[in-house]
Amino acid sequence: MEMEKVFSKPDLLLRSEHSLCPGCGEPVALRILLETIQNLGLRERTICVAGIGCYTAFPMIMDVDVMQALHGRAPSVATGVKRVRPDALVFTMQGDGDMISEGLQEVIHSAARGEKFTAVVFNNAVFGETGGHMTAATVVGQHTKTTVGGRDRERHGHPIKIAELVAQLDGTAYVARAAVHTASAIKLAEQYLRDAFRAQLGGKGFSLVELLTMCPTDWFVPPEQGPGFLEEKLKPIYPLGVIKGG
Amino acid sequence: MSKVLMEGSQALAEAAIQAGCRFYSGYPITPSTEILEYMSVRQPQVGGVCMNAESEIEAIGMVWGAAGCGVRSMTASTGQGISLMQESFAELANAQIPVVTVNMCRGQGDYFQATRGGGHGDYRFIVLAPSSAQEAADLTQLAFDLADKWRNPVMIMGDFLLSHTSEIVELRDAAAVPPPKSWAITGAKGRPAITLSPLGGSAKLVSDHGATLGQVTAKHAGIKVEEARVDAGFLDDAALVVVAFGFPGRFVKYAVRLARARGLRVGYVRPISLWPFPSRIIADVAARARAIAVFELNAGQMVEDVQLAVLGRAPVHSIGGISHDHSGFGVGPLLDVEHILRRIVDIYPSGDQGTEGSRDQVTETEPS
Repeated sequence: MEMEKVFSKPDLLLRSEHSLCPGCGEPVALRILLETIQNLGLRERTICVAGIGCYTAFPMIMDVDVMQALHGRAPSVATGVKRVRPDALVFTMQGDGDMISEGLQEVIHSAARGEKFTAVVFNNAVFGETGGHMTAATVVGQHTKTTVGGRDRERHGHPIKIAELVAQLDGTAYVARAAVHTASAIKLAEQYLRDAFRAQLGGKGFSLVELLTMCPTDWFVPPEQGPGFLEEKLKPIYPLGVIKGG
Repeated sequence: MSKVLMEGSQALAEAAIQAGCRFYSGYPITPSTEILEYMSVRQPQVGGVCMNAESEIEAIGMVWGAAGCGVRSMTASTGQGISLMQESFAELANAQIPVVTVNMCRGQGDYFQATRGGGHGDYRFIVLAPSSAQEAADLTQLAFDLADKWRNPVMIMGDFLLSHTSEIVELRDAAAVPPPKSWAITGAKGRPAITLSPLGGSAKLVSDHGATLGQVTAKHAGIKVEEARVDAGFLDDAALVVVAFGFPGRFVKYAVRLARARGLRVGYVRPISLWPFPSRIIADVAARARAIAVFELNAGQMVEDVQLAVLGRAPVHSIGGISHDHSGFGVGPLLDVEHILRRIVDIYPSGDQGTEGSRDQVTETEPS
């Protein structure tokens, strides 16, 4: 019987194995990113500026040029890249700890300047790489190693909704939030990334796509409960959809 | 190119343009602001980019991105702003990205910051210290060449007087085209994709952080051998040699000439490269002189490098100090030829032909 290959790793993924935890959402997000670049035929024009987090393992398996930045600094580095390589497709790859905790000023100013790159943030509402500590995106009530009884409004304040924050700025052309926990969410994520990249290449301004990702290890749930946790705990605070420029 | 009257900052900035610098990013802070002002006008004229960064941290981040794409790039600040850039400095060296940075200091209190670095890990910056607007221009062009040659960041360390003093400058014609940079991030067109990272590796699927750190630090030995530079004079018969760097080095040279006119056998060494420190030259001098003096506008920083070079061959006297006036920019009363001459006379080796001098605020540092 003839077998038809219906599923394989993306061409731009150099190795199908990853070193992250079972149930992690970041490899799913990486796959969507690489497939979007591939489908747009932009491999040779792409420059990724990577932040520091679990996903820092990805640059070595991505078949596109990558500049590794420091924690929080990807937007300023991407600014330098895009200003001297205006024809390139430039995107940052950061986590919520990287972008929203450490480097909030950088993404805000890049957006206000209307820098023509796409900021991609993997938001799992926790510092994954350090082993489960509160970030500026940790939701109220969420248990982390530094919010043991759950994030408390009085003691720990409120999470920052980066997509809505950045969308207010005049320099932003496109802002959307998607997730990677269901097939339909993944389809939306692909569409949002494509639209963000098109806005960038059309010279329309700054674009940002927030991708909610699972981190069962640091949510302290079994891997198979990651998607349910995202749906119940994160999505109500971080609603999916196009926020600007749809 | 014809001779022009320019402030040191402007001479430095124009020399950077002539050297092919096409990306500048900065945050205003006295006394480096004139470089940003100049670049904001000049870069667009030559098809380059000047960014009004929202912080020094972003300024160096932007420079990282542009330089990582292979474009000659520069930022400038003063000590306080340079402090904010230190994390990136350390990792730019590890990523082997050739940026040029400028510290227009207040006084000379940033010697340790420049030569030791406030960042983490085993990195080094090549540090050049001009003493005039002309030298600021010349060393800026050299800085870009050295950064590319060694794939290592270079810092130019100036000060308030260097930045703000107008002098006649002759700029060299545009430098040769920078060397091709196969490591630069350009988009993977017609070649395998690459990574440019302080964590190591360039080719995909291979990364050895430890090997990268070893490769980066192995360059230091070669830089020490090839890139030590000084300006020196009156050394042949010198009983006392005064070591000073930067703009204050010019005051010392003048004071040395006055001392010679009095019949004192005094010479000078002005390190042009602060790292690598010209240790061998100073060691040779110390083997022949009876005493070494160090004049610097700080509480005693370079004197430690001098002591390490001298290694007990001669007594080492610290004759500088913190020199502040109401401006806060570290010029102050110690930067005065008559004052420097008094200190030289003061510590001139007894038994040699010396004259009486005052002992105001002289601190002596003997080698242990």
